[in-house]
Amino acid sequence: MTLLSVKDLSVAFHTEGGRLEALKRVNLTVPANRIVGVVGESGCGKSTLINAILGLLADSGEVTSGEILFEGDKDLTRLGSDQMRALRGQKIATVFQDPMGALNPVLSVGRQMRDIQYRSGLSRQQKNERSIDMLRKVRIPDPERRLVQFPHEFSGGMKQRIAIAMALMMEPALLIADEPTTALDATLEVATIELLKDLQRDIGCSVLFISHHLGVIAELCNEMVVMYAGEVVERGTTHEIFHNARHPYTRKLLACDPARLSRREPRLPTIAGTLPDLRNRPQGCIFQPRCELADEVCRMAPPDAAFEGSHVARCWHAEATMAGVSP
Amino acid sequence: MSAEPLLSVSDVRVRFPSGSSLTSLAGKPRGIEAVSGVSFTLGRGETFALVGESGSGKTTLARTLNGLQAVATGSIRFDGQHLVGLSEAQMKPVRGRMPMMFQDPVGSLSPRLSVRLLLAEPFVIHGLSKRDLNAEVARLLALVGLPRDLADRYPHQLSGGQARRVGVARAIALDPVLVLADEPTAGLDVSVQGEVLNLLNDLRDRMGLSILIITHNLHVVRQIADRMAVMYLGRFVEQGETGAMFRAPHHPYTAALLSANPEPDPDKIHNRIVLPAEVPSLVARPSGCEFHTRCPCAQPLCASDVPPPVTIGASRLTCHFPLSVEAPAASASA
Repeated sequence: MTLLSVKDLSVAFHTEGGRLEALKRVNLTVPANRIVGVVGESGCGKSTLINAILGLLADSGEVTSGEILFEGDKDLTRLGSDQMRALRGQKIATVFQDPMGALNPVLSVGRQMRDIQYRSGLSRQQKNERSIDMLRKVRIPDPERRLVQFPHEFSGGMKQRIAIAMALMMEPALLIADEPTTALDATLEVATIELLKDLQRDIGCSVLFISHHLGVIAELCNEMVVMYAGEVVERGTTHEIFHNARHPYTRKLLACDPARLSRREPRLPTIAGTLPDLRNRPQGCIFQPRCELADEVCRMAPPDAAFEGSHVARCWHAEATMAGVSP
Repeated sequence: MSAEPLLSVSDVRVRFPSGSSLTSLAGKPRGIEAVSGVSFTLGRGETFALVGESGSGKTTLARTLNGLQAVATGSIRFDGQHLVGLSEAQMKPVRGRMPMMFQDPVGSLSPRLSVRLLLAEPFVIHGLSKRDLNAEVARLLALVGLPRDLADRYPHQLSGGQARRVGVARAIALDPVLVLADEPTAGLDVSVQGEVLNLLNDLRDRMGLSILIITHNLHVVRQIADRMAVMYLGRFVEQGETGAMFRAPHHPYTAALLSANPEPDPDKIHNRIVLPAEVPSLVARPSGCEFHTRCPCAQPLCASDVPPPVTIGASRLTCHFPLSVEAPAASASA
């Protein structure tokens, strides 16, 4: 069953320099009970995608086409602000990158955890008990005592776990996690991934996990979507993408990760060229100006994704790269 | 590498005051020791990496080296000169030869200065404004591979990678011999991360620079560092040659840290050494071996006695029961 389905979504921002197409015909689905990763570099539209789903686009941004279907029939792009507010925090919860910024520094953790249950109709006592349960689930030791403490009394990893506890408090159907481990050390990062996996299994929610860290995506996600310059260039199961990437951008991105180098190289791989100006998108394939395989066809028309099976690459040469050397 | 190392650090301690006078009345030590008895050397043209969790003292150590943080005890000898006890005026020329690249690429640039002024600033500060500053700016931009017309932009108009390159250009402006790079690639995309590291490597090869790099990314360490040190609660628990430490870490903490490295392979089976998440506080350091509260191999001895320094191969570490066999995590890189 599909929980969230983004269809042909385009988002544009009105800027001083003209109209900027931040998302262009984005398609992705989040099935129930699955963890879907979105990977891509700065400026690829990851945050715009999240904001569009949450109905939090800046005033200068607008959805110019497409729909975001949640739980089958609700089109999030058409809901009013009251209806969206009723969904956020209840059905769709979010964990952001910066755990300190997500918590109010002048309120105790317990107060913030109670406040987030304002719609539940529980008594103060019951809310506190649920908060304690949730803190225990995210492995905060001694939660009864911790409840009266303030955010600055917790370490960075603990604050992020508290943010996760708060997001999952209302047992949402969809958790959107925006780079939740980027600010953490490797040891804490791994612990947080394991925690997210366990909680996802317990609660049975779906997770849309945004990251630019390929290792984290590989460890956590069932499926993944690769974005470049506001477009989805490839999507498939994590296994398919990491072992049989078909889009040249995905292949280059994977090759850049020093973790994939089996031995020490004098020069680390990079991707030549720069992101295109989104106010003035190149004709044809979006990656064509930086792609070694680009030819006349690529420069003329955007590639039509052959939407067969689970693995899709929007590239005119997808078949050729698949047949080529395996990564 | 000449006979004398470029930098030798010996038993350096850095203390920060904390607590009230009541704590000292209660007989407890006042203040915390953020860097505790650190000794190492760094040769010319060598890249040395500091790794460890947040709060382990990596940045404090780097700031101590170029005098941004006072030393409590210990000695730092850099390029034949003792640095501890130098006045601000005496430290200034030293900082020109040992600049620091700060952590946040955009935040470490003044938002009110154009790239041109940012790059000219080191020359002005060090009394070299008689030089043709426009030519110097052009030279630096070319060195770090930025287009000339970038000189008139302001930091907020730069991408993360460009801002980082400006930071590199500022650091190498005065022909330094040692660059202290604090998380030079944190927050950068993998492709840009490669560009910045290649740039640092090029400069090292061309200018004979030494680099002290602080990073969370162990894959980066493996790629660029000749030697590395693992910090825990302000101490070096293990230091040695990078390749050897990745193949066979001897300290259980090093092994745990290396095993926690997320790998971009969904099918990989991990033999993770999972540590209890709670890092002890510097205010109340554990007894004996300070890692014993989280160590998977801890014995009663570890809680009571401070481990002596041991040398295994090229690695130096402090542990009662060093690991001798190859750790499961290290075999993955083979």
